[in-house]
Amino acid sequence: MSRLPVRKTYKLFVGGTFPRSESGRTYEAEGQNVAHASRKDVRDAVVAARKAFAGWAGTAAYNRGQVLYRLAEMMEARADNLAAVCSGRDEVDAAVDRVVWYAGWADKLAQVLGSSNPVSGPYFNFTVPEPTGVVAILAPDEPALGGLVSRLAPALVGGNAVVAVASETHPLAAIELAEAIATSDVPAGVVNILTGFRAELGPILAGHMDVNAIDVTGAGDDTADLERAAAANVKRVARGSADSQSPWEIASFLEMKTVWHPVGQ
Amino acid sequence: MTDVRQRTSPLEWEYAPAPEARDIVKFQERYGLFIGGELVEPRSKEWFPTISPATEEQLAEVALAGAEDVDAAVGAARNAFENGWSTLRPAERAKYLYRIARLLQERSRELAVAESLNGGKPIKESRDVDVPLAAAHFFYYAGWADKLEYAFPNRRPAPLGVAGQIIPWNFPLLMLAWKIAPALAAGNTVVLKPAETTPLTALIFADVCRQAELPAGVVNIITGDGSTGAHLVRHRGLDKIAFTGSTEVGKAIQRELAGTGTRLTLELGGKAANIVFDDCALDQAIEGIVNGIYFNQGHVCCAGSRLLVQEPIAELLIAKLKRRLETLRLGDPLDKNTDIGAINSRAQLERIRELVASGEEEGAEIYQPPCVLPEKGYWFAPTVFTNVAQSYRIAQEEIFGPVLSVLTFRTPDEAIEKANNTAYGLSAGVWTEKGSRILCMAQRLRAGVVWANTFNRFDPASPFGGYKESGFGREGGRHGLEPYLRFEE
Amino acid sequence: MAREQEMAASATRLDSMAAASTLPTPSFPGGFELPLAFRLPRIGSVDAVALEARAAELAKRSIKKDSKLAALELAVRMMDLTTLEGADTPGKVSALCSKAIRPDPVDRTVPSVAAVCVYPNLVAGAKARLAGSGVKVASVATAFPSGQTSTALKVAEVREVVVLGADEVDMVIDRGAFLSGRYSKVYDEICQVKEACGEAHLKVILETGELGTYDNVRRASLLAMAAGADFVKTSTGKVSPAATLPVTLCMLEAVRDVHDETGRVVGMKPAGGIRTAKQAIQYLCVLHETLGTQWMTPDLFRFGASSLLNDVLMQIRKQKTGVYQSLDYFTSD
Repeated sequence: MSRLPVRKTYKLFVGGTFPRSESGRTYEAEGQNVAHASRKDVRDAVVAARKAFAGWAGTAAYNRGQVLYRLAEMMEARADNLAAVCSGRDEVDAAVDRVVWYAGWADKLAQVLGSSNPVSGPYFNFTVPEPTGVVAILAPDEPALGGLVSRLAPALVGGNAVVAVASETHPLAAIELAEAIATSDVPAGVVNILTGFRAELGPILAGHMDVNAIDVTGAGDDTADLERAAAANVKRVARGSADSQSPWEIASFLEMKTVWHPVGQ
Repeated sequence: MTDVRQRTSPLEWEYAPAPEARDIVKFQERYGLFIGGELVEPRSKEWFPTISPATEEQLAEVALAGAEDVDAAVGAARNAFENGWSTLRPAERAKYLYRIARLLQERSRELAVAESLNGGKPIKESRDVDVPLAAAHFFYYAGWADKLEYAFPNRRPAPLGVAGQIIPWNFPLLMLAWKIAPALAAGNTVVLKPAETTPLTALIFADVCRQAELPAGVVNIITGDGSTGAHLVRHRGLDKIAFTGSTEVGKAIQRELAGTGTRLTLELGGKAANIVFDDCALDQAIEGIVNGIYFNQGHVCCAGSRLLVQEPIAELLIAKLKRRLETLRLGDPLDKNTDIGAINSRAQLERIRELVASGEEEGAEIYQPPCVLPEKGYWFAPTVFTNVAQSYRIAQEEIFGPVLSVLTFRTPDEAIEKANNTAYGLSAGVWTEKGSRILCMAQRLRAGVVWANTFNRFDPASPFGGYKESGFGREGGRHGLEPYLRFEE
Repeated sequence: MAREQEMAASATRLDSMAAASTLPTPSFPGGFELPLAFRLPRIGSVDAVALEARAAELAKRSIKKDSKLAALELAVRMMDLTTLEGADTPGKVSALCSKAIRPDPVDRTVPSVAAVCVYPNLVAGAKARLAGSGVKVASVATAFPSGQTSTALKVAEVREVVVLGADEVDMVIDRGAFLSGRYSKVYDEICQVKEACGEAHLKVILETGELGTYDNVRRASLLAMAAGADFVKTSTGKVSPAATLPVTLCMLEAVRDVHDETGRVVGMKPAGGIRTAKQAIQYLCVLHETLGTQWMTPDLFRFGASSLLNDVLMQIRKQKTGVYQSLDYFTSD
């Protein structure tokens, strides 16, 4: 007689924990009941991200790289589970490799994107990249895993804290990924993943005054409205693709800071 | 101890008026719009006067571009982009920019006088800062024009097309240079709208373009007011908008462009903290504070308008600062000895007055050195507010005038907390002799430019731009090219 | 005194300059004095770039016409006309004295200079030549220009020039001691020289060109003023760079801080390298902006120079006549 499997309850990932939606609601996707995040879940996720931001941004680049590499390890270890909730093993392999690729950028960004600037005067002047802050990501619907990873990794490696809205139609991969994140060394709150309806969650994030940037790659027809709402606090808006891999994707979530100091005896 | 006054017979020392010769600049009575390489009558048939804020005298009449004019300018720019400029050898493009840089240097005195007349800023600033830096920007970006693939390796940079550029009245020619130089170097053509109150140096620049034999339509300059800017922003034939100005208008532009895919850079307001620690080089810090807030009458988006002083030296520093203010000379912008010129416009003067009144009402203590304000024109005495609470409007809102708010702090953490407690994030200052503290503060300040033991320095090689509501994108340096390029990675 | 003790003593003395006027002596047993108040004069530090930028800005001040003429005449009245050569003779000094009393024989409205500055050997002759003119005799002393001899000899030299009639004594500080951190040596020596000066005014030459940093210039200025200097002076003229605008600004700021805190009024003398009327006016602008008109008197500001006078005289005549001048029409001494 066959054994009755223990089913997983798909919950949100906020502040390093897996809460149910504050609303108590779920919606059905991919044959599962998935948490239907509410306005208050967005609020909580942004609070968690803001709280985690300073620590993550202040983590040495070398360590940030190792944390991301550890995430790749955790994903690899769960490759079968991940493959089961996305298009398959190829997508998982590519996602893991992408995380490894971005992990290596952590301690090279400043060298590639920064500069020392030869100003005409007795001043030393340099420009360094710094993370923007709290980044909201509206993940593309597909690929369910690859799309989210492609948007998440560049934001993370630069030192940002993220609130990501999972693929609405294929949210299970995001939750599976959250479990990998939770068991890696990514500090609590640095990544927060919400499942639910993008049309509800997107505008709240876009208008949120404590969110510094929004990635509208997965926003679809709502893009213009979200961009309009993003102007409320002059958010940086990233419009990427679901499958790109470039240091300039990281730059979308960075600020350039220039420092001057006199050179004198 | 002998009192110094008894021992000496002091000499009355006055700087005689030393006005710069005004006849070096000859304004036309009327300026049309610079479209397709020539000054043309506006289709709007509308004109407006432009004045000297120091005397309120009319200097010239300029065209007020309407929707049709904007359309014509964008058309001219598109035509120039597609028929020559975008396919011109980059090295040739560079040479045009070098030519412009040289012409700006040659005509520097004329431009400085025009800038001071039309904008009210002291001639020593237009002469020593605005105009030389404007020329330097063209010189700097000229060199990039044929080296873009080295600036962005593996990215195959290409121009965007036509850029619409809207600039403010505080550094009219310099902001023009910040906008036009990188845009042209990257291979774009531009439609530039100068500020309503300060169109004249841009119109002289149009003549510089003529002298440089820049192909018609590569640079188009349309004068006008806010409505002209709105027409430009709404024009769907643009690939790029670059705006420097208020955060309020910046947000409106960002909303307007939502969903269009038009590239955008915004350089908006600020409320910079200038943080002074008790171990600083005090007399130089005083100079930095003065330069930070009274430079260009405080009409500077990155002005150090919030002075944060560590408590042990607060009293001493404020006493020294007040005495230093007594030596500031307010008056004729064309006088070489003038430190503080005229407020740029009546509207701006009224805004400054309103905010200063609110500061007094809220309980801050006001200090202004004795100084006689000219009867005609728009003037405001350099002002320091002490006993300012973080919650006062004068500590929160951008005043854009010669008004400093002094707050105190006890520890570095408190200084950071107060400095970052604002919606803005354009610039910040730190004064301390301790190297590790400088780097720590520079790291923790959420601002695009951090001046340590200096303030209000600018250079074409140095990227400039803000965090948070101070905007996005950078101007200056290699980073300043990126907003004008697309990449065929 | 052992080196360590000396350094400790000097540190305490220098630091306590800041606080001495107000701080009580500690009352608990085994305690020692610490500078606890944030008061002027702070030893503090000086940012070289900002200081130089400020000086450069002040150098661009433009003064014209009436103000310029008044400024030039003031510069003459502030001048310490100087000859400090091995080849100096009574004859040369005598000629210089004539020039000092009546700088421009053609234009008798041009005032006399403040003083003639000479080596000790030439003091008596200068004193005799200048008697009754109001022009003072300044003598360099203390093993000028290097200062490399014993304190006892320096003090003896000062006593001698005072006896010979010097109204003013221009001493040099012991830069060797200063640069090796033996501040108390420098301080004590200035104190002893001041005592030896009696009624004569003491100008303390820092030789800023050898001090290396503006921080040192500020520190040495405060040290000299604390030890009783009536004037602080930049240079001997034998070391390059001599006076510069920023170094003068730096010293004037120290003078201002001392006055703010203690009420003590100290004069300032840039010397060496000031050759043109234009430069002199720049110095006066810096003086005016830093200390105000109260300091704009020969009692409190001097120029140590030799060739400056004729350029100022040429400019005075040019201002009066509107015609550009030639040195051929002004006596070389």
